[in-house]
Amino acid sequence: MNKTPDIHSIPGTFVFDKEHSRKGYHLNMFCMSLNDEANREAFRADEKAYLDKFALTAEQQWAVLGREWLELLRLGGNIYYTFKLAIFDRISMQAVGGSMCGLTEDEFREIMLTGGKDLQGNPRNGPNVLGDEK
Amino acid sequence: MTTIVGGLGTSHVPAIGAAVDHDKTTEAYWKPLFDGYEKAREWMKDVKPDVAIIVYNDHASAFSLELIPTFLLGVADEFPPADEGYGPRDVPVVKGHPELAWHLAESLILDEFDMAIGNKMPVDHGLTVPLSIACGKPDAWPCRVIPLCVNVIQYPPPTGLRCYKLGKAIRKALENFDSDLRVAIFGTGGMSHQLQGERAGVINAEFDNKFLDQLSGDPKALTEISHQEYMMEAGSEGIEMVMWLIMRGALDDKVKEVHRHYHVPASNTAAGLIILEND
Repeated sequence: MNKTPDIHSIPGTFVFDKEHSRKGYHLNMFCMSLNDEANREAFRADEKAYLDKFALTAEQQWAVLGREWLELLRLGGNIYYTFKLAIFDRISMQAVGGSMCGLTEDEFREIMLTGGKDLQGNPRNGPNVLGDEK
Repeated sequence: MTTIVGGLGTSHVPAIGAAVDHDKTTEAYWKPLFDGYEKAREWMKDVKPDVAIIVYNDHASAFSLELIPTFLLGVADEFPPADEGYGPRDVPVVKGHPELAWHLAESLILDEFDMAIGNKMPVDHGLTVPLSIACGKPDAWPCRVIPLCVNVIQYPPPTGLRCYKLGKAIRKALENFDSDLRVAIFGTGGMSHQLQGERAGVINAEFDNKFLDQLSGDPKALTEISHQEYMMEAGSEGIEMVMWLIMRGALDDKVKEVHRHYHVPASNTAAGLIILEND
């Protein structure tokens, strides 16, 4: 049989496992609700009031209202769900990707155009926009 | 006798669909990718499948965390494009093939693959982008489609080995279906990409190209890749590549590689395409 996999040792990566899914259930279901145009309208009209319909923690509410993309994942969000919020804001996956590692959309896009990141999360080629932090 | 015309593996990045929808495929960013899709479109016209079984995953469109089927077959007459937040993609409604889909469901369940069955569901970019890649921008899709939806979002997805075996069971079910239908099978998702976390942007061309090599020549080796290895080497979302093994399992052990294409990037993703035929 499979031995317990070491899925939490991957740098800079959240694994949407049982704990994460339980923690993020209501947050992700809020994000899911934005598939519906009527719900998007309601959220647009009053974000806080709309969020109050879901059983989010205060921290999760804060992260949604502030578009704290990385925090949303820490608080149980899954990227396919939290990206619904980015779609709502009409921002791209590159903008969200950049935000999660402290880069602008253009910087992130440039990294992707030059071969992406290596397995430790550093740009493979091109400008080392992450400096010496990694 | 039902004929398997071949298998097609492809990424299903939403931005690829958007490039088709907004006629950007000849722009500098997209042209190198779409140039490699021409051969796939020719192949589709040559082999003329009546039905495509499309193995894909839903991205919080038809299914939420309320219900998480590991494997689900769509048996409906038709499947509308999903609203993923932008309004539905302006692509044709996907027409199903309920007779073959139900046969597959019965056969697979009796063969100990416990499929969930979907009578009503929209289909998102995971399914419609591969159709755009293989068929361009037609008024109606040129073949019927049987959606085979796989959970790859909630950990753990099915293992690569399980997926490969499911492909074998699909093959058996098709061989036992008395028809003159010509069937293609698509495995979609991948290739290396990570959308989330501080490591967002991972690309691993070496892993991807070895995957393509082994998909053609040594698929059993791929069934030994663990989830941890996929996530580490191909990025957390690269784990979608297990779905290509369902396609591969449905083909002969020995296949002919008809076409291959690999390009970085499509949005945040390494895009791959492969076409395999029974030798």
